[in-house]
Amino acid sequence: MTEAVLSPTRMALVGNPNTGKTALFNALTGSRQKVANYAGVTVERKEGTLTAPSGRTINVLDLPGTYSLRARSPDEAVTRDAVLGRLAGETPPDVIVCVADATNLRLVLRLALELKQVGRPFVLALNMYDIAQRQGLRIDVEGLSKAIGAPIVATVATRKRGVDDLVAQAEALALSTPPGENTWREPDAEEIRAAHAQSQRIMKAFVRPPERPDTVTAKVDALLLHPVAGLVILSTIMFVIFQAVFSWATPLADGIDAGFALLGELVGQVVTHDLLRSLLVDGLIAGVGSVLVFLPQIIIVFFFILLLEDSGYMARAAFLLDRLMGVAGLHGRAFIPLLSSHACAIPGIMSARVIDQKHDRLTTILIAPLMTCSARLPVYTLIISALIPSRTVAGFVNLQGLVMFGLYATGLVSGLIVAFVIRRVFWRSASEPFMMEMPTYKAPEARNVLLNLWQRVAIFMSRAGRIIMPLMVLVWALATFPYPPEGATGPAIDYSLAGMMGHAIEPLLRPIGFNWEMSIALIPGMAAREVAVATLGTIYSVGDVDGAGGAVLQQIVASQWSLASGLAFLAWYVFAPQCVATLGVVKRETNGWLWPGVMFVYMFALAYGAAFVVYRTAVALGWG
Amino acid sequence: MTHTQSDPSARFLSEGAPGARGVIVRVHPHDDARGALTVEELERRLLELGFVEGAQVEVLHEGLFGRDPMAVKLDDMRVALRRREARAVEVKYDEAGA
Ligand SMILES: Nc1nc2c(ncn2[C@@H]2O[C@H](COP(=O)(O)OP(=O)(O)O)[C@@H](O)[C@H]2O)c(=O)[nH]1
Repeated sequence: MTEAVLSPTRMALVGNPNTGKTALFNALTGSRQKVANYAGVTVERKEGTLTAPSGRTINVLDLPGTYSLRARSPDEAVTRDAVLGRLAGETPPDVIVCVADATNLRLVLRLALELKQVGRPFVLALNMYDIAQRQGLRIDVEGLSKAIGAPIVATVATRKRGVDDLVAQAEALALSTPPGENTWREPDAEEIRAAHAQSQRIMKAFVRPPERPDTVTAKVDALLLHPVAGLVILSTIMFVIFQAVFSWATPLADGIDAGFALLGELVGQVVTHDLLRSLLVDGLIAGVGSVLVFLPQIIIVFFFILLLEDSGYMARAAFLLDRLMGVAGLHGRAFIPLLSSHACAIPGIMSARVIDQKHDRLTTILIAPLMTCSARLPVYTLIISALIPSRTVAGFVNLQGLVMFGLYATGLVSGLIVAFVIRRVFWRSASEPFMMEMPTYKAPEARNVLLNLWQRVAIFMSRAGRIIMPLMVLVWALATFPYPPEGATGPAIDYSLAGMMGHAIEPLLRPIGFNWEMSIALIPGMAAREVAVATLGTIYSVGDVDGAGGAVLQQIVASQWSLASGLAFLAWYVFAPQCVATLGVVKRETNGWLWPGVMFVYMFALAYGAAFVVYRTAVALGWG
Repeated sequence: MTHTQSDPSARFLSEGAPGARGVIVRVHPHDDARGALTVEELERRLLELGFVEGAQVEVLHEGLFGRDPMAVKLDDMRVALRRREARAVEVKYDEAGA
């Protein structure tokens, strides 16, 4: 065996957005993919492997989509540096595959001309060839190949057509062609114009316009981008997603909940050491379970996002919402993270990566936790059902439902206001432009969607898991140590560090109407918002709050809390940064403690202020 | 002071209403259009997205609020942009479509 056979070939995928690059990456590597971050930047690094027919291993790197090597965002900088072999800790690729949408060649040809200057061997994958054929588009592949100086392979990524040929060509090229001299440098405007002219000439010579151009997109857009009908349809789609998140996910979430309860019980029977059992059952299993119950919702949100992205609708939604979101200083694309945040802020914050502009992205991240995530629901439900009478107001509205709706609306509206203020305080500079291609509509491919869904869920689990696990243990330790003294009568948590912290902050919280039970519940409630309910259950010794204890807890709250305190607690929960996992994810996504710090402080201040105002007003109204 | 077109028969892309078509005669950012970018940067971004002299444009759609942003057909592709950036693109509209 020679060394050449042993050493894997490194291949990098480059291309404009929406050319089917992800689909091609999936077709090449299937499930043999790994997603991580590039060192020091929050840009996703997607790598996969495949075994060529020759037996050689090929590592495929999927680079962020771009129109130019001249980078404008961190994502594009990664693409540029990877292509140029400048990326710290990365070996330059042996061969580049430039992915092109065969039906939309003009811009990618200009990119290919840039790639040519880099001097690395590259192959042009003429993807979406099926659509080109359907449209009767004629491409002189041989001539085109000569003109750009690279082999061309026609592919249909979603059907895996041409993929083997692509691998063979890329492999052959990598072996036969040593990298040439790199003459690339950032083009100025005149050079971009010249490259456009050249790509235009190439188009004229080798590509005949389609005989049956796509007319579907124009017709669909006439409806979906209609100023009024478009917004109505968008609202309907969002409503359906919402509905799905809350109704489809419930049985699955209940199942997961029950599963973890069962697991905890089994482990509790097997492990006899008291402390170890408590750590495993009350700390890890209960803690991880309390986060995993949101997995069904997160999967459903991701599923819809993928459908919207793959079909081409996402760009339309951003178009329709840009002006509305712009009022609050947000980018049109911010609606994806904000929508996801209604299930859980963590995937919402992670999906803020779809926004290229740094300030737009940061603003979105900062307000994402104000959206009403589902972890708030158990808290809202407990307080509302205990303290708000279930009666009909204004003829047809249930008062409890109205309060719930009010809490959702408060979260959303204050998020928008905060975004507005953030833009004024931190970044007074004029906003970045909103310019993007709106791809032609395509029916999403089931296989592709499922593969991408699996990938995103796996990323979520590994990232969130790595942050959540240690935090769960920490919160458990706070609520467990030190043990209550011999013969103590109160609940054990009262004597623990969490209990001490609760008592310590109680004077601070008294002005906003919190009693000591509420204060203590906030400490373990930092792990995840809904944990506060379980903690209240522990403090009032009602037993399992998911079972019979729930009703007992509700009665205790109804009889021992004043309405004013209950409302203040709700107001607190609308704003408070009661979720360390979210703060951990923000740290990760922004590469430092500054932004989680800002988030913690502003949300805490809002929570305190809101609870104060609500409590005082309610007391003045005689609800104390 | 606002910026004016070089060619008196040309108008800004931002002035186009849905249905208007024409040819781009100049891509020329200026202070009214650039927002947070420098004019050079905006010019290059527009060019990279295909807004280049000689390209065919047709205004397709506009948003409900302030008629912003706008969706245009640019040769074979569709692009969304705000009117502000569209002020950097000068278009000679067809008689019929104008
Ligand atoms: N008909 C057809 N559709 C494709 C092909 N490649 C990708 N697609 C679809 O095009 C859409 C965008 O693909 P995606 O891989 O997400 O593009 P990316 O933005 O470049 O990563 C998806 O709906 C894909 O299913 C192809 O070769 N033929």
